[in-house]
Amino acid sequence: MDWMKIGSAVLVIAMMIFIWPSAKRMLHESPAAESGDWRSAVLPILAVIGFVILLIYLV
Amino acid sequence: MATNYAVTHSSTRGLATNKLIRNTYTLLSMTLLFSALMAAVSVSMRVGSGVSLGCSVAALAILWLVLPKTANSASGIGVVFLFTGLLGFGLGPTISHYLAVPGGTQIVTTALGGTGVIFLGLSGYALTTRRDFSFMGGFLFVGLLVILGASLGNIFFAIPALSLAISAAVIMLFSGFILYDTGRMVNGGETNYIHATVSLYISILNIFTSLLHLLGAFGGDD
Repeated sequence: MDWMKIGSAVLVIAMMIFIWPSAKRMLHESPAAESGDWRSAVLPILAVIGFVILLIYLV
Repeated sequence: MATNYAVTHSSTRGLATNKLIRNTYTLLSMTLLFSALMAAVSVSMRVGSGVSLGCSVAALAILWLVLPKTANSASGIGVVFLFTGLLGFGLGPTISHYLAVPGGTQIVTTALGGTGVIFLGLSGYALTTRRDFSFMGGFLFVGLLVILGASLGNIFFAIPALSLAISAAVIMLFSGFILYDTGRMVNGGETNYIHATVSLYISILNIFTSLLHLLGAFGGDD
């Protein structure tokens, strides 16, 4: 197995260990979404998806 | 009297928010330029992917061990430049790879321009609506862990379709992070411009590399 793969895997595992406490804390501390909150977040992300599809067609 | 206090307090908070946003975008634009310069140096030096991995490890160590201790002092600015410079230098082999394929220059410039449009659009949306996207925090961090888990698996299995799916998911996830981080700046959840700059820089970098991968794959590469 090539050492680059092992190095990349170690890096990814380190990132997971680094992010784990924040993810756990965020899950418990994030405020609950109110009516319309998710829509206001999903709409711009859908626009990003559309834009990326457009770029793929342009290249 | 109470009304005067409320107006003054609100005005002070507004000024602090404006200062935070101005400092963040100034530092972000400078670090992006520095990062691009380092990437250009890396491309011209034709560094290998081992150097890229080394730069990522060093950048992660800085993010993990050095930045938390320096983020509240002036030395934090130097640390941010070191962090972004390392990541920019580490981008060299990826950019060289795409520049070498037919139409590679167009792929790289489109990814660069596309990332700029996505960032400015999402930041502009969060700044003008002034919405609080903090409710997305748990979802975004768990999503990040899932993507890292999938990436870990794909390092060994190397499934091209999974690789493309991960890139698409990264673009969506870090678009969410841009909304989340900008919303936190606007609504007082983030008061340190060094932390805000690093968060936005990481989102921009991940969107750029994933967009490069998608455009490279559908533009004839891979």
